[in-house]
Amino acid sequence: MDQKIKELIDSEITSNQVCLFMKGTPDAPQCGFSMAVSNMLKILEVDYKGINVLEDQSLREGIKEFSDWPTIPQLYIKKEFVGGCDIIKEMYENGELKKILEDKAINYKK
Amino acid sequence: MAMDLKEIEKYIKEALPDAKIEIQDLAGDGNHYSATVTSSKFSGKSKIEQHKMVYNSLKGKMGNELHALAIKTKE
Repeated sequence: MDQKIKELIDSEITSNQVCLFMKGTPDAPQCGFSMAVSNMLKILEVDYKGINVLEDQSLREGIKEFSDWPTIPQLYIKKEFVGGCDIIKEMYENGELKKILEDKAINYKK
Repeated sequence: MAMDLKEIEKYIKEALPDAKIEIQDLAGDGNHYSATVTSSKFSGKSKIEQHKMVYNSLKGKMGNELHALAIKTKE
């Protein structure tokens, strides 16, 4: 992977506690799966940074290699890859998402 | 690009022979599927690892020929 892309990803997940690599932006998602995760974070009132991979083709491919995960969106909490849309949805429904936010001391609506 | 439902099933079955697989073509376009995969091989693994096992079974097709596959894994 391109060193510059790796550094970019590293710096994003280091400087943002909750980071969502997505298609589109939180205000204008361009894919249903990205929108779903974005909405769950909004409902929980989590402060997160959405990073639009559609703006940069090398980032779009780079994040897949970085996480060893073939799809977008990808959610990082405190530098840890938590999952893609299916996993986050499942965690949202069974309460595990709240638990991980709690464990990692991220503010959210209780 | 699209992928046949039976083909997806075949790939997963090759990697996880004991798997019970239910696949639905969500939009009827051969591009948006959902799969529920139940296998004993998932036991003791995290959700991320379980989903990776399914992705890996598709040998790089995920995100390419196969646009969208929602996955649910069960032990």
